[in-house]
Amino acid sequence: MKYLAEYRDRHLVEQTLDEIRRHAHGDYVLMEICGGQTHSIVRSGLAELLPPRIQLVHGPGCPVCVTPLEVIDRALAIAALPGVIFTSFGDMLRVPGTAADLFAVRAGGADVRVVYSPLDAVRIAQANPDRQVVFFAIGFETTAPANAMSVLHARRLGLLNFSLLVSQACVPGAMRAILASPYNRVQAFLAAGHVCAVMGFHEYPPIADQFRVPIVVTGFEPLDLAAGILAAVRQLNLGVARVENAYVRAVTRDGNQQAQGVLHEVFELGDREWRGIGVIPASGLHLRDRYSDFDAARRFDVAPVTSRESPLCIAGEILQGRRNPVQCPSFGKECTPDHPLGATMVSAEGACAAYYRYRRADLTIRGNA
Amino acid sequence: MNGPEHTPPAQSFGVCPAPVGSSGTILLGHGGGGRLSADLIARIFRPAFNDDSLDRADDAAVLALSPGDSRAAFTTDAHIVHPLEFPGGDIGRLAVCGTVNDLAVMGARPAWLSAAFIIEEGFAMDRLARLAASMASAAREAGVRIVAGDTKVAPRGAVDGLMICTAGVGFVPEGRSPHAAGARPGDAVVLSGPIGNHGIAVLAARGELAFRTGLRSDTRPLNSLIEQLFDAGIQIHAMRDPTRGGLASTLNEIAAASRAEIVIEEDAIPIDDEVAAACEMLGFDPLHIANEGKVVAFVPEDQADLAVAVMRRHPAGTDARRIGRVQGQQIARVLLRTSLGPTRIVELPAGELLPRIC
Repeated sequence: MKYLAEYRDRHLVEQTLDEIRRHAHGDYVLMEICGGQTHSIVRSGLAELLPPRIQLVHGPGCPVCVTPLEVIDRALAIAALPGVIFTSFGDMLRVPGTAADLFAVRAGGADVRVVYSPLDAVRIAQANPDRQVVFFAIGFETTAPANAMSVLHARRLGLLNFSLLVSQACVPGAMRAILASPYNRVQAFLAAGHVCAVMGFHEYPPIADQFRVPIVVTGFEPLDLAAGILAAVRQLNLGVARVENAYVRAVTRDGNQQAQGVLHEVFELGDREWRGIGVIPASGLHLRDRYSDFDAARRFDVAPVTSRESPLCIAGEILQGRRNPVQCPSFGKECTPDHPLGATMVSAEGACAAYYRYRRADLTIRGNA
Repeated sequence: MNGPEHTPPAQSFGVCPAPVGSSGTILLGHGGGGRLSADLIARIFRPAFNDDSLDRADDAAVLALSPGDSRAAFTTDAHIVHPLEFPGGDIGRLAVCGTVNDLAVMGARPAWLSAAFIIEEGFAMDRLARLAASMASAAREAGVRIVAGDTKVAPRGAVDGLMICTAGVGFVPEGRSPHAAGARPGDAVVLSGPIGNHGIAVLAARGELAFRTGLRSDTRPLNSLIEQLFDAGIQIHAMRDPTRGGLASTLNEIAAASRAEIVIEEDAIPIDDEVAAACEMLGFDPLHIANEGKVVAFVPEDQADLAVAVMRRHPAGTDARRIGRVQGQQIARVLLRTSLGPTRIVELPAGELLPRIC
C-alpha cells in the first residue's frame, strides 16, 4: 500500500537499525507514549532487532487501559437503563468493569451499538428521537476534536436526546507525572505522532527543558519508530534535551488549529484519574459548563457506583517502576490475561500481560519494563 | 475447534485489551469462530455429546455407512449473515458453498445436501425465490443435489430475515484422509489465494463504514479445485477452508490437533490492497477476517510446488501461494515471520472483531 509499504521496507529499516547500533554506546531507556506505537513495535518484531541495551518502556497512551474503573461501571449502568442506546468505539466493549462488561450488558438486553465515529452516534440520535443516545467519549487528543464536533453538531440540530460520557485524557500532563516520579527511569520520550498531528508539539519544549529529556515526535510504522529511536539515542549521546520532529510528513509545530479550536470550544483542561496510576493534574478534558447539557454523567442519575479494583493488584507500583510483575503474589495465579485483576494485565501491551506471556512460553521479550 | 490444548501465546499481537472473561450468558462473540467459540464447544457441546467424531474437531465426520463399505463424510452448518445479499454472494450461495467445502476439505466428493429455512414473517416472496435460485445455481456449480428440506416461519423480529441450515453427505474415495490432526513436521502450507475479501466485502455491504470498496466476497465451491489436487497425486495431510475466525483460527486449529508448530511468512500471504487498507483503517488483522472460497492445505515438502501449480490452473486458485511450513511437533502454535525478520505468535481472535479507537 502506497505511503505504508515504504515505511515498512525491510532494507530501509535495517539501514536505520545499523545506524542505531553504531550510535548506541550506553544503556538507554526510552518510552513510546502511544499504545499504537507499542502495537507496531510488537507486531513488526522491531523490539527484537534493537541492540539489547536499548530498552523500550511502554507508555500510558492506551485509552482503554487508563479509563478508570468507575467510569466503565458508570457506562455499564447507563447502558442498562431502559430507553438508552449506548454507543461506543468497538474496543471499549470488552473492558471489564467491576461486575460485567458491555458485551454482557448487551447480551442482557441493553441496546449497545458499535460506531465508527461519534457523528454516527449523532445520526442515531436523530433517527431515534424517543430514545436517549449516549456516546462513550474516551481517548486522547486524537479523538477529542471529533467527539467535540459531535456535541456542536447535536446542538446545531437541536438534539435533546444526545449526550457524551466523557473520559478524555491528555498526554503532556501524563508525561510530567511520569518524569516527576522519584522512581522514573525514562530518559527520553517517543511522543505520539497522531496526538501531535492534532496538537502540534509546542506544548513539549517546557517539559524537555524542565526535566532535561529529549522528546522525539515519532510515527507508527517500523521505519518511523526506528528513526525516532535513533534521534533519541543521538540526543542522549550528545547530552542535549530537545524537542525534535521525526514525523514531518504528518506533524507541524502548531498542529491542526481548526481541530484544536473545536476541542477548546467544547472541552476544558482539568485533573483526571488514570486507571492504575491515580489522579494526575491537568491531564484530562471535561465538558465546559456551557455544554453541560450534553454531559451524560449529569443527565443520568445512576445509583452511586461502588467500583472496586482488586485489593490484590499492584498495577500502580508496576506502572511507576517500583515493583516487577513477577513480584506480585497474584501474578499468573488469580490474575491472568483472561481474568485480569488490573489495568496492566488487561491490555495485551500491559507490562503484566507481556511478562505473563514471556514466562509461559520462554520466548524472550525485550523492551518491557 | 481447539480448546484447552491451545498453547498460551508468547509474544502476541492483538487488539488492545482482549481479556476473555468467563460469562454466564451467550455473547455474540461465542459465534465468532475464535477463542470464545472454542471455549463454548469445549465447555458445553463436547462433554454433552461425548463422541469421538466430535473430538477430532474436523470440518466433517467421516463414517462407514456399513462395515466394509466406503466411507461417508457428513456435516452441517447454520448460516446467518447481514446483509443477506452482498457483492459476490448471498446467504443462499453461502449455505451451499459452506457445506460443500466442509465435505471437500475432508477429501470427500460432496453428493447430497439438505436445506432448512427459518424465515421471518413478512419476508418478501420474490426475494426468497431469488435466494433459492442462487442456491440452485451454486449447487449446480458444485455438482451436488439438494435432496431434502424443511421450512419454518418465525414471528416478525424473531429472526433477522432468513436463516438457512444445510447438512451434507459426501463420499471419500480410498486413499484420501486429510484431517486436522494430520499435519507433519516438514509439511509445506499452501494457500489457494488472497485472504479477507469475504469478511470485508460483507462489512462494507452493511453501509456502516465511511468508505466504499469494490471488494467482492470469494464465496465459491472448492470441491473441483480440491479434486484436481488429489488427481495430481498430492498427498494432502491436512486441509481446511479458513472461514469465520480467518486463517489465524484455521492454522491454530490444525496446530492444536496435530501438535504442530507452524511458521508462516508475512510477505508470502496474499492480501488484496483494498482488504489491507480496510484492515489498516479499522485495526483488524487480515489473518482474523473470514473467507468463503479459500483452502489451506498441508502437503509434503516435495509436492508443494506441484500443489501450487495445480491450484493456479483452477479459477478458484489463480493466486495460490506457499505460505509456510510445519517446523516441528514440540509446541502446538502458529508463528509468523514478519517482513522485518523476527517471529511473533499468531493468536486466535478473541470473539467479535472490534474496530479500534484510534
